[in-house]
Amino acid sequence: MPNITYAQALNEALREEMKVDPRIFLMGEDIGHHGGIFRVTKDLIDEFGAERVRDTPISESSFVGVGIGAAMAGMRPVVELLFMDFALVAADQIVNQAAKLRYMSGGTVSIPMVVRAQQGGGRGNGAQHSQSFESWLAQVPGLIIVAPSTPADAKGLLKSSIRDGNPVIFIEHKLLYNTKGDVPEGDYSIPIGKAEVKRDGRDITIVSYSRTLLFALEAAETLSQKGIEAEVIDLRTIEPLDMNTILESVKGTGRLLIVHEAHSNCGLGAEIIARMYEQAPDTLIMPPRRLGAKHVPIPVAESLENAVLPQTSDIIQAVEAMF
Amino acid sequence: MPLTPERLQDAYRQMLVIRKFEETIRNLYQQGKIRGSFHPCVGQEATAVGGCWAVRKDDYMTCTYRGHGQALAKGLDVRAAMAEMLGKSTGCSKGKGGSMHFTDPSVGLLGANAIVAAGVPHAAGAALASQLQKKDNVALAYFGEGAVNQGVFLESLNLAVIWKLPLILICENNLYSEMTPSHETTSVVETHKRADGFGFESIQVDGNDVEAMYNAVESAAAKARAGGGPIYIEAMTYRLWGHMMGDPEIYRTKEEVAKAKENEPIVRCGKRLLELGCTADDLTRLDSEAEAIIADALQFAESSAVPEPADAFTDVFI
Ligand SMILES: Cc1ncc(C[n+]2csc(CCOP(=O)(O)OP(=O)(O)O)c2C)c(N)n1
Repeated sequence: MPNITYAQALNEALREEMKVDPRIFLMGEDIGHHGGIFRVTKDLIDEFGAERVRDTPISESSFVGVGIGAAMAGMRPVVELLFMDFALVAADQIVNQAAKLRYMSGGTVSIPMVVRAQQGGGRGNGAQHSQSFESWLAQVPGLIIVAPSTPADAKGLLKSSIRDGNPVIFIEHKLLYNTKGDVPEGDYSIPIGKAEVKRDGRDITIVSYSRTLLFALEAAETLSQKGIEAEVIDLRTIEPLDMNTILESVKGTGRLLIVHEAHSNCGLGAEIIARMYEQAPDTLIMPPRRLGAKHVPIPVAESLENAVLPQTSDIIQAVEAMF
Repeated sequence: MPLTPERLQDAYRQMLVIRKFEETIRNLYQQGKIRGSFHPCVGQEATAVGGCWAVRKDDYMTCTYRGHGQALAKGLDVRAAMAEMLGKSTGCSKGKGGSMHFTDPSVGLLGANAIVAAGVPHAAGAALASQLQKKDNVALAYFGEGAVNQGVFLESLNLAVIWKLPLILICENNLYSEMTPSHETTSVVETHKRADGFGFESIQVDGNDVEAMYNAVESAAAKARAGGGPIYIEAMTYRLWGHMMGDPEIYRTKEEVAKAKENEPIVRCGKRLLELGCTADDLTRLDSEAEAIIADALQFAESSAVPEPADAFTDVFI
């Protein structure tokens, strides 16, 4: 299996899907000859031309809206937002339009559109370029939300997202693009809505996704040396949430910690804990915990940013406090 | 193909269907049978019929919460529209969309929208799809003059020009945005002049003249189909009723409204038909035909079933 980066894996998914489906086209800022600021669309313009790999004006509401219209008229747009933070500029089109038009039409239209965006901090990009929005977005019925953590998942999930037929928010992380991993060759996909156990363990279940999933795996290694075996679940899809995989794991471990980079307050961690108590409180041998960004905007200086965003050491500490 | 005298009679009847549809809704509203809000298009029937009849059924169109007229003119089934107003399962959106969200892609209607200007990029996107698919379909986007101060609208103007989209923007300038005269809130209130600044070909037409409206959209569509890019049409019209049910209309005088009635599209079209040789009896016949269409739709809607509660949970995803 070729060992490639997360960005290359996404690039392969786009190329392979565009080759077989002429309805797919890409829109975004600097995605053409420049190939995207994180090189995800590198060289695609040479293969597919400027009509299908479209540089847009800096008009997020409009080009997301154009994606919606094109999708209703039979195309399969993949729209790139330079930073997830800019989703707020296009919020009406994402939340009031893409997510609801099918429902409001009584199912007569569909919006097969993928909105890709990278999010998250760790790079000193500041409070308007480092946020994570999956918890907000998961509040909106009508959106599928995926957030792969590895190159293989990134490729397989992007393919599924493009083929899905519903509006999909495809969450990438700016610090995952250069991470490497083995990616199967040829046509393969990862199903939407299926979490994966990335590490087996019997003592505690750690649920995460996107970049903090890598932190969780790192923490699990350290914990193992201390005699705690953590099972690490990669959600991969945020909406619809694969609660069954979590319930199944907690049945064996009795302990649950959720880790995400999005702000903790009213976040996905809280949601998972609520569902845990609703669906299987008796499997818990102690109250579950969550780790997320602390409730301040994301600062720039490294010492400050590290204090706000969950780190591997925070995960280790949180787990140890549960034993 | 110009509006022949025969088709003008059909257009007259279509405008009457729209007028009677709105009158019926008002009655139902007053009887408490309509949920939510209702934004009537009475007085603006010619922009709807002239515009939508000048394009093909497979061309695309988006409109606003004030879009009952456009939706019906584009081909939305009157029964399905009436049933949707009454929240019935036979409605065009099975009771999930209501007054502000009429949609029927089978006639190119990609949706009325309750967010000012939000449907404009959807029409642009449909126009882009047509261009990418190497088809000759055009897209119409209807909006009120209040939309021209929305960011997404201005963004879409720019994008339509640089991508040469087969898009026809139709501003129904009825002078008021909700309860505020638009000249108080808009820097250049002759909105087509704004479009000029973006590089559009633009015109202003008498939106209460169904033939003028038809001709303007027909030639715009011919140009757009041939790859000539987008066109902006500012249709001057007047909303004869309030912004919505319950609008006390303190922002205008009764005299102003009475004067506007002399210039309203249905009366004008009737006069024009008489000039063209129709008789008063012909007009009465067209009126009764429209009446019958609405009576049938109302009967259909009232006798239709309400949706089952379980239906609330379908149609979110495919
Ligand atoms: C983004 C947004 N802001 C405000 C409203 C509330 N609103 C509904 S209709 C309307 C007036 C719009 O006026 P105009 O565009 O001139 O259209 P008209 O109602 O005259 O047809 C307003 C402000 C809305 N629906 N959407």
